[in-house]
Amino acid sequence: MKTFGGKVLFLNRSDINTDEIIPARYLTEVTKDALGPHMLEDLKLDGFDAQAPAVKSAGVIVTRENFGCGSSREHAPWALEVNGITTVIAQSYARIFRQNMFNCGMLAIELPGADIDELFARCAGAPVDCRVDLDRGTVHFERDGATLLSKSFSLGGFDAALVAAGGWVEYADSRF
Amino acid sequence: MGKTLVEKVFASHLKNEPFTGTKVLSLDVVMCHEITTPIAIADLQWRNKDRVFDASRIKAVIDHVNPPKDTQSAIQSKIMREWAKSHGIRDFFDIGRNGVCHALFPENGFIRPGNTVIMGDSHTCTHGAFGAFAAGVGTTDLEVGILKGVCAFREPKTIRVNLTGKRGSKVFAKDVALEITRRITMGGATDHVIEYRGEAIESMTMEERMTISNMAIECGATSGICMPDETTLDYLWPFIAAEYGNDRAKALSAFRAWWSDDDAEYAKVIDIDLSGLEPLATTGYKPDQVFPLRELGEHRIDQVYIGSCTNGRISDLREAAAVAKGHRLHEGVRGIVAPATTAIWRQAMKEGLLDVLSEAGFMVTNATCGACLGMSNGVLAPGEVCAATTNRNFNGRMGKGGMVHLMSPASAVASGIMGRLTDPRTIQ
Ligand code: SF4
Repeated sequence: MKTFGGKVLFLNRSDINTDEIIPARYLTEVTKDALGPHMLEDLKLDGFDAQAPAVKSAGVIVTRENFGCGSSREHAPWALEVNGITTVIAQSYARIFRQNMFNCGMLAIELPGADIDELFARCAGAPVDCRVDLDRGTVHFERDGATLLSKSFSLGGFDAALVAAGGWVEYADSRF
Repeated sequence: MGKTLVEKVFASHLKNEPFTGTKVLSLDVVMCHEITTPIAIADLQWRNKDRVFDASRIKAVIDHVNPPKDTQSAIQSKIMREWAKSHGIRDFFDIGRNGVCHALFPENGFIRPGNTVIMGDSHTCTHGAFGAFAAGVGTTDLEVGILKGVCAFREPKTIRVNLTGKRGSKVFAKDVALEITRRITMGGATDHVIEYRGEAIESMTMEERMTISNMAIECGATSGICMPDETTLDYLWPFIAAEYGNDRAKALSAFRAWWSDDDAEYAKVIDIDLSGLEPLATTGYKPDQVFPLRELGEHRIDQVYIGSCTNGRISDLREAAAVAKGHRLHEGVRGIVAPATTAIWRQAMKEGLLDVLSEAGFMVTNATCGACLGMSNGVLAPGEVCAATTNRNFNGRMGKGGMVHLMSPASAVASGIMGRLTDPRTIQ
């Protein structure tokens, strides 16, 4: 199983698409590592710099609706993963991206819009860490050792099984 | 309670339900292209599982960067070629007989009503035009599909779009697709399939139905779906006549069995009367930002691109040539036409369409995805704008810093002639 949690990167926009997460011009790369430097390179978001240290050190993305829409490219979760981001927290996802995350044994957590609003309002703007407690189904946002906010989430049975197995190939191989 | 088409397909292909609501389906067709498949192949080899569940159900093509533009894309092609050969995949389409997957595979009669189809490509929803459940997936799903012939889905609910009314002049299937996208919105159909119904879709050709189903993903839908009818039968007949002992009535009733029942349940029903529809185009970077072209005249363009799995078929080239005939591209506007498949390219040549377009100043390329995803054959420079018949206008889609306006082939050519976005009804 992968490890989850880390510094939070807030992306305050809906409909962030997979072309923005990893542009098509890098799809001829044949290793996941080669995608790393290009993560979020084309993201349209005021003041966003894909090369900033806060982007490079993140372990968790918090964002809004329909994250990962567009292309089916699994290069999108791979680009996140090689940058150490194994958890995304959003109000909703595009279907293929969401499935790709769990198929890679990564976490695509859904929280209600009100929770996401609160997260942006209370945690964004200064560095914050996210701790993921998979057993309890909770995420904790912490700054300087103090908890700012905690939220509960639930994973579907299949999603949890994929995370536990480390991905869909491992899961399917032992069953079908 | 009756069932929708997709519910019937799920019931007939259900292999396992490991968790409530998670359905593992057996797959009829697994399609592969050279961008998303090589990593799946490499992973299978690394796991010592380089096998395929059924070589006859796997269809493979080199289409996205064709011919290869550099060493890396050449390697991707080579991996596909060697893999297809080593596993005896007969339906593998290399340079000289290839084309954009979602135009090429239907052209070869691979998709049948009631099929389950996956591909590592989001526009796999196109094949729902044949009454199939056809879903785009990522590389891991593709990998498991290749190895085991299964894929897991949350069963999608169905949004029914009733299309009625007669379209006016120069209003095409693409305009209908854009209007549907505007109405449902980007992400408005996530975890749903969109079922196209009504007299207006019934009177459309398979090419038009594919154009509409193709853009289901722009609303986030898992698949677009049309009911398989006589039009579907006519299209598929050369491939299936023998299977049905040359008995059309028998085939039609088999098709009919897949239709959604009258008392099936829908998540939502949307009625669209096409009689008032005008030629449309997108602005900005989201496919649901759709406006009538007559309001967009101030947007200048640098390039016109005719092609892709949405609008690179023969009927599209005919519409493009009809507008282009007797005109020239505006000074400073570049035009590129990429017929979607080799067969379409040849047909367009025989009909003289390529000549008409070339005379108008277009460059005609080979069949490829090319500029559609900004990989080759017409990539934009930062700040440049393209009137395109493709399906996606995301920031940088056709090249870093470039912008794409989506529209029909007739509208794209009209815009090319005027050098700015133009309603094709204004071109004589
Ligand atoms: S033509 Fe464009 S949208 Fe269609 S499969 Fe090729 S890259 Fe994708």
